[in-house]
Amino acid sequence: MSLPVEHPRLVRAVGARTLGVLGYLGGMAILLAETLRWTTRGLFVPGVRFGRNAFMEQMVRVGVRSVGVVMLVQTFIGVILALQLAPTLKEYGQVDKVANIIGAGGFRILGPIITAVVLSGFAGASIAAELGTMVVSEEVEALEAIALNPIRYLVVPRVLATLIMMVLLSVVADLMIAVGGWLASRVALGPTTYMGYFQHMRDQLRYRDFFTGLVQAAVFGLLISGIACLEGLRVRGGAEGVGKATTMTVVYSIVAIVIAACVFTVIFYVFGF
Amino acid sequence: MPKEADNSEAARPIAAAQPVIRIAELVKRYQDRNVLEHVNLDVYPAETMVIMGGSGCGKSTLLRILIGAIAPDGGRVELFGDNIADLDEHQMDAVRKRFGILFQSGALFNSMTVGDNVALPLREHTNLDEDTIAIMVRIKLEQVGLRHAMDLMPAEISGGMKKRAALARAIALDPEILFYDEPSAGLDPVTSAEIDQLILNLSRKLGVTSVVVTHEMDSAFRIADRMAMLDKGVMLKVASRQEFADIRDSAPSGDLNHDLIRQFLRGEDQGPITARRLGSDYEEDIMEAAENF
Ligand SMILES: Nc1ncnc2c1ncn2[C@@H]1O[C@H](COP(=O)(O)OP(=O)(O)OP(=O)(O)O)[C@@H](O)[C@H]1O
Ligand SMILES: [Mg+2]
Repeated sequence: MSLPVEHPRLVRAVGARTLGVLGYLGGMAILLAETLRWTTRGLFVPGVRFGRNAFMEQMVRVGVRSVGVVMLVQTFIGVILALQLAPTLKEYGQVDKVANIIGAGGFRILGPIITAVVLSGFAGASIAAELGTMVVSEEVEALEAIALNPIRYLVVPRVLATLIMMVLLSVVADLMIAVGGWLASRVALGPTTYMGYFQHMRDQLRYRDFFTGLVQAAVFGLLISGIACLEGLRVRGGAEGVGKATTMTVVYSIVAIVIAACVFTVIFYVFGF
Repeated sequence: MPKEADNSEAARPIAAAQPVIRIAELVKRYQDRNVLEHVNLDVYPAETMVIMGGSGCGKSTLLRILIGAIAPDGGRVELFGDNIADLDEHQMDAVRKRFGILFQSGALFNSMTVGDNVALPLREHTNLDEDTIAIMVRIKLEQVGLRHAMDLMPAEISGGMKKRAALARAIALDPEILFYDEPSAGLDPVTSAEIDQLILNLSRKLGVTSVVVTHEMDSAFRIADRMAMLDKGVMLKVASRQEFADIRDSAPSGDLNHDLIRQFLRGEDQGPITARRLGSDYEEDIMEAAENF
């Protein structure tokens, strides 16, 4: 065992009350490393269960419940972008380029990042509240006592489900932003803009615009679920602790998402992706 | 061998038998406070050991260390002959499948029905098919008198039923040791007696070794083969039920430990426990508060 902290003390370790930023990142690293270990063991070691049912349950909980909100929000983002960009573009006589900008902006960053913000409220907060409540009612301890590792049994399905759903929802989000932009053009910007709208977007977009967005989406999913699980499992002190964990999950998630997006953007910019 | 109804004699550990649980010089600290101080205790196969002690004396902490949920700061715990500190994750899980624990709060999984709670260990640790598991769940629930509650959620059943459901989950894998943390606390006398009966049945019919933490004296004397008295993290006395009964029925002797145990067993409001509480730095505390004022 190469990790500094091992089961079953792990949950207590991440629960240590006084965690500085480094301690927090360390806890997060351990949590995600353990998650990776149990995922690979579950997939490749015979006899170690992966827990497909729990995984499917979490996919439904994270994805299906938030798809409506994601679609709604992203459509409006498309509308907003089109109408905000149009006047400036008009000054240069290039209103038809609305489609190009919405395509690039939506697929590369706005689709994933706004979906991530929605999910940090939807999935992150509810995962933290759920795990926190389980800690408070001794359920996590009971799990360990019946030889079920909380990382394998609770964290793995939630992290994987959030990661996968984040990617899938981002695809939906990209499309809805495009549709929103088209709707606004159709209603307000005139035939020169909306007639060639999707053609312009297709000409503009390259595969890498799409894939860099999805890579970020996956990382956002990892951050949201990792923070939610960490906050949930380190809850101490009753219902109050659960409330605090829920709030902090949303706050930390959004900060982490924006920082990660910035780091990615710099990398993509420097390497010309 | 099935035990007699009066099992206080049969329960005296046979010299040859190896203890299934061996606790040696166990120390646990929280911050700078010693919660357990050099605790020693051996529990032999098929006996029921009752651990008594006042609130906050470290009983739950002791159980948590026994099941490997928290690590001690000193000393050792052997289960089935293995020092649990030496076991890796995999070996510890193997040991965990051989014992069951009833938590003080029950700790049922609130998102699952009672039936699924009992089924979980079977689903996760055996290769039985769903039909067989359903039958096993029914049997376990029947054993604790809860067959009718199989499809209810934990939030829909009473405290006593929760305890019994949690017990059904604890015995799902037919454990060799059962730990109980205050199984009858907060229950009415009849329900509490029923739980005691369950504990006795499990120990007599299935030969389960039981470690029961309680401060309900009636219950303690009903189920114990041997008893242990924990006081402020110190193990005062480990002896047969009869010896404890003798102490309870004796007159104050002037020996502090004897009188302390006697007061606890009789549940009296006068004696060394109260005297200690009243005498403890009360004036100092007040003076200190006044100084800091
Ligand atoms: N995680 C913890 N951090 C700090 N102190 C703790 C912790 N857990 C327990 N304690 C302290 O350790 C002491 C023993 O606690 P424990 O729960 O073992 O008592 P107990 O004997 O089970 O009491 P009760 O009969 O009320 O259940 C208590 O004084 C408690 O405040
Ligand atoms: Mg307790």
